[in-house]
Amino acid sequence: MSATDTPRRSMRTPLGRVRNLGAAHSGTSDFWRQRITGVAMTLLMIPVIVVVMMLLGSNQAGAKLILGSLPIAVIMLLFIIASAWHMKIGMQVIIEDYVHNEKLKLVSIMLNNFFSIAVALASTYAILKLASGV
Amino acid sequence: MALSIVHRATGIALYVGTLLLAWWLIAAASNSAGAYANVQAFTGSIIGRLIVFGYTWALMHHMLSGIRHFVWDLGFGFKANEREALTWAALIGGIVLTILIWIIAYAIGGVR
Repeated sequence: MSATDTPRRSMRTPLGRVRNLGAAHSGTSDFWRQRITGVAMTLLMIPVIVVVMMLLGSNQAGAKLILGSLPIAVIMLLFIIASAWHMKIGMQVIIEDYVHNEKLKLVSIMLNNFFSIAVALASTYAILKLASGV
Repeated sequence: MALSIVHRATGIALYVGTLLLAWWLIAAASNSAGAYANVQAFTGSIIGRLIVFGYTWALMHHMLSGIRHFVWDLGFGFKANEREALTWAALIGGIVLTILIWIIAYAIGGVR
């Protein structure tokens, strides 16, 4: 893209070349969502620890009962969604920092999305199944 | 102190660790009788306990280290001594919280 846009001799001014390529006012959305999900998980940490503690030593029947109750299911769902989102953004930052091969970077980012969404959906499905009592 | 790399490392560990969380939840929701027992057998084993202990520490450290970043985002704590203090607080706090959680867990019946 840049190679054809900027031939060695161009009639376009430097300003003309970059105009409209700058801030699309969405560049900070990942940064902001990383903070939202981080704060959310910090707030949810104590409830989640309490839930895990409640489950210690209980068998599957007990676990089903606890995880399936409405407030606990909601706490777990919020935590799962926040953590999947948070880890997707965080891993993408790491990939963008360390993977410099363009193709490998795109594949890594794609796999990161797949993994995060798969973990989120599998866990969400499990919670919904427990909450619906089937 | 260069703890930002630890923040990333614990982040990666937690990323992989979500597999354990997903496995546990799916097993709990599963209709097959052995699935949940398998998870409990794993988390009850020495290796499993070490992994969950490590996961607990990674989570606590990452959270406190993250709160440190929130403090910086809000524009505080940039002086050299403040940066040091925040970093040490995250480091020591993470270890203390992890041990505290495990003491409580054992006390209320994690030993099976």
